[in-house]
Amino acid sequence: MISNLDYVTLQQIWWVLCSVIGALFLFLNLVQGGQTLLWQVAKTKTESALVVNSLGRKWELPFTTLVLFGGALFAAFPKFYSTSFGGAYWVWMLILFSFIIQAVSYEYRTKPGNVWGAKSYELCMFINGSVGILLIGMAVGTFYTGSAFSLNDMNQVTWQYTLGGVNLRGLEAAFSLFNLSLGLFLVFNARVLGALYLLNNLDLTPVAAMEQRLRKAVLTSFICSLPFLLYVVVSILLRKGFGVDENGVVSMVSFKYFFNLLALPHLLLSLLAGIGLVTWGVILGAHKGSLKGIWPAGLGTVLVGLCVLCLPAFNGTAFYPSTFDLQSSLTIYNASSSEYTLKIMTYVALGIPFVLAYIAYLWKKMDSQKLSIEDTTDHEAY
Amino acid sequence: MIDVDPSLVNWSRAQFAFTAMFHWIFVPLTLGLSVLCAFFELIYLKTGNEEWKRITRFWMTLFAINFACGIATGIILEFQFGTNWSNYSWMVGDIFAAPLAIEGLFAFFIEAGFFAVMFFGWNRVSKGFHCFSTCMVAVGSNLSAVWILIANAWMQNPVGMLFNADSARFEMNNFAEVVFNPVAIAKFTHTSSSCFVVGATFVIAVSCWYLIKKRHVDMARKSIVVASVFGLVSSFFVAFTGDESAYVIGQKQPMKLAAIEGLYKGERGAGLVVFGIVNDKKVAGDAQDAFLFEVTIPQALSVLANRELGSFVPGIDDLVYGNAEENIMGVNTKMEKGKLAVADLTAFKQAKKDKDADAAEEALARFNVNEEFLGYGYLDTPEEAVPPVSLVFNSFHLMVVVGTFLPLIFGAFLFFSLKGTLMEKRWLLPVGIFSSVLAMLAQQAGWVTAEVGRQPWAIQGLMPVKIATTNLSATAVQVSFTAFAVVFSLLLIAEVSIMLKAIAAGPEGHRK
Ligand code: HDD
Ligand code: HEM
Ligand code: HEM
Repeated sequence: MISNLDYVTLQQIWWVLCSVIGALFLFLNLVQGGQTLLWQVAKTKTESALVVNSLGRKWELPFTTLVLFGGALFAAFPKFYSTSFGGAYWVWMLILFSFIIQAVSYEYRTKPGNVWGAKSYELCMFINGSVGILLIGMAVGTFYTGSAFSLNDMNQVTWQYTLGGVNLRGLEAAFSLFNLSLGLFLVFNARVLGALYLLNNLDLTPVAAMEQRLRKAVLTSFICSLPFLLYVVVSILLRKGFGVDENGVVSMVSFKYFFNLLALPHLLLSLLAGIGLVTWGVILGAHKGSLKGIWPAGLGTVLVGLCVLCLPAFNGTAFYPSTFDLQSSLTIYNASSSEYTLKIMTYVALGIPFVLAYIAYLWKKMDSQKLSIEDTTDHEAY
Repeated sequence: MIDVDPSLVNWSRAQFAFTAMFHWIFVPLTLGLSVLCAFFELIYLKTGNEEWKRITRFWMTLFAINFACGIATGIILEFQFGTNWSNYSWMVGDIFAAPLAIEGLFAFFIEAGFFAVMFFGWNRVSKGFHCFSTCMVAVGSNLSAVWILIANAWMQNPVGMLFNADSARFEMNNFAEVVFNPVAIAKFTHTSSSCFVVGATFVIAVSCWYLIKKRHVDMARKSIVVASVFGLVSSFFVAFTGDESAYVIGQKQPMKLAAIEGLYKGERGAGLVVFGIVNDKKVAGDAQDAFLFEVTIPQALSVLANRELGSFVPGIDDLVYGNAEENIMGVNTKMEKGKLAVADLTAFKQAKKDKDADAAEEALARFNVNEEFLGYGYLDTPEEAVPPVSLVFNSFHLMVVVGTFLPLIFGAFLFFSLKGTLMEKRWLLPVGIFSSVLAMLAQQAGWVTAEVGRQPWAIQGLMPVKIATTNLSATAVQVSFTAFAVVFSLLLIAEVSIMLKAIAAGPEGHRK
């Protein structure tokens, strides 16, 4: 079946697959969100231990998903990988640093001889959950706002934005309210997910006070996220977009993303359903005394993520636009791997459901029993 | 083409080398120790003896401390191809990135999923499933090595692809060739077995320290038996696959082999230098001696490189300036053809731009004649094709010396353990500790041999490193290099300190 797929279909499949991986990453950011909640919801040593150990059993999942996201983009859209990573150098470097410091924090935080002290590792977790996610949001934001770069005949990227003679290498994305709003929305949404996950994962009976704080955190984080979400959605509906015509010529088109939503109603549906599900999850978490809010909110995040990532790529739109030279903009058709490679990779992708299935299976097996205080004093505990 | 600043290239190389070698401090131990943990737990599963469970959990604790740093340093390598080698990424992403993506999807998720069970599942899943998870962590880590090494091997011996003049990049046309690249097979077998050796020396080193201190004697002795059997078998395999690697290099990267052996003048029945002091002043084409002092085994290099007594092994001079007698085309000639290819490719692109189909077709036809020499067109002098000889020579010989001694050390440990006289052989215990340092050194030396010996190519014969970089300012890379140096040093200090504390605490050690 795969051998019959044509090039365009393969390119589209691969953008959707990359978007799915990206959207799952946003869901798994519950770990990052939880990290930023640590100091706020855990007031005693036991409570901190519960939070860290609960998140610590999942931290590798968002990390590995990020690695996979990078790998999949590299394999399927190498021109995007080289343009964005090579061009917006500092944004990506900072994101990576925020994950480098996260990776050791769980393992080393309470270990004797950890040299830098538990608080520094907690700070690393906080930076990863706040700055790291903010920067990722900003990077995704440039799918809509564009970046100032040009590509030459050999497709080498030159980053054109300078401020006072210094090339900011992508950090200028912070000067856009849209990019910032998307980043901040993701940060607060991750906190919503983090709090909902902790409610679901922990044995809360001995820590009733923390449960109250977690439920409050669900609500406050959600409320904080709303203005940013609203700004992002309204701005998407109103802003000019980077349209591509049949000849591959890029031009600015008014209300491009609004028309994309009309042309791709399933994305509109996915956005609305996503927002609805997140809201439902928040209501469950904040009011109903339920522990299951993470599931609707998580699914909702995946749906919103899918819409945000697919909307600027389909329906004749350039997903990595250049504001400096419109014709250097990348589309999923001019940035992809060869047909042969995409085919091979599509066979490989048949493994994705199996990977998802065993991750879900292991997750279920490990979490069927709530994380208790005993677990945090275990030999292997963080 | 954008003019590149040589200092940008050098800083980018330095940053890649630094981060890769840093990653490589932790990875060998992960690969080796994960397999040993699986062995220990399998013994526990079979015997049901709680002592073995204690042993397993102890080594797992050390494994986890190391694993964290391995993961932390790994993520940057994956993205660095884009950030610092973006031209490379675009030119070959079509082929090179597929193994990386497969690694992420299969290997890393196996590790990430089962790691949690291995560590936190003792009371949550059945004994059998727990042991299965530990085995899967070992499988997952070694699978990640398979894919990353396939990617690396492709840089040493690019196969399964074609140059597409339209897109001006290399594109994959045969995935199976990429996966079953002979260099990849040699690389994986040699690297994984050498990592097993590192795991074994680590277990022996820690155990020897306990024996010297007369603590946890029973655990230490049991661990040594398992580790020395595993180490002995692996170290034979290391030597065997090392020889195979050298043979593959002889076939695919003759310049690297010549540098490894400091061979300038090719000869029939070439000898293998066992020990030598390289003359640093020597350059290709001059009349100086390559060595200030050397000891050689006659004929051995011919056998190593070609599996044939008296066969011809080309030296650096033959490869740079050509040798008509032995039918070797020199870099100088390849450069001329390469320059033609570059010019014809430019003409082709221009004709396409001008929509002149005939001119484009002609240019393409001319380009196809010299296509395989394209990479040589970017070199400035023939001598540029010679890697730094003394660094490559010395690292290779360091590795081989260590490789020769390790089986003896494992053999001694096994022999005296089985005889039950290990505690009497006090002299052997510090040797055991030292062996882990040697194995680590051999690892780094091996990679320096492999990667520096590949210079000046990012992709052997096709793409020199100087055209592979991202168009960045050298300052930007200096800043990120410094940031890596600082952050990684802080990590290493913490990891070593935690590791030493955990070893000092021993298997009973609980936190705080
Ligand atoms: C404990 C570590 C260790 C030991 C004792 C040895 N090696 Fe090794 N060697 C490695 C660890 C290693 C490595 C780090 O794993 C390398 C780096 C790249 C690779 O493929 O494996 C390597 C590379 C490497 C290469 C270069 C491969 C390339 O450029 O593609 C050769 C020719 C050899 N080895 C040969 C040997 C021989 C003949 C040994 C003698 C017994 C030996 N090695 C011992
Ligand atoms: C798949 C695995 C690997 C890939 C794809 C890879 C790729 C590269 C690249 C792109 C460079 C920079 C360009 C160059 O100078 O050649 C490089 C250089 C280097 N790499 Fe690797 N590398 C890999 C594994 C490793 C490992 C594991 C190590 C060591 C631990 C290592 C050691 C080095 C060194 C020492 C250099 C510097 C060579 C020099 O420029 O003098 N590499 N490698
Ligand atoms: C011979 C070369 C290499 C081998 C065998 C290898 C193997 C491994 C292993 C076993 C891990 C698991 C964590 C740990 O080390 O403790 C790991 C982590 C990682 N390695 Fe390497 N590595 C090599 C070089 C590289 C290179 C060159 C790259 C970049 C492309 C890379 C990318 C990564 C990444 C991204 C991680 C973290 C992923 C995760 O577990 O989520 N590695 N590597």
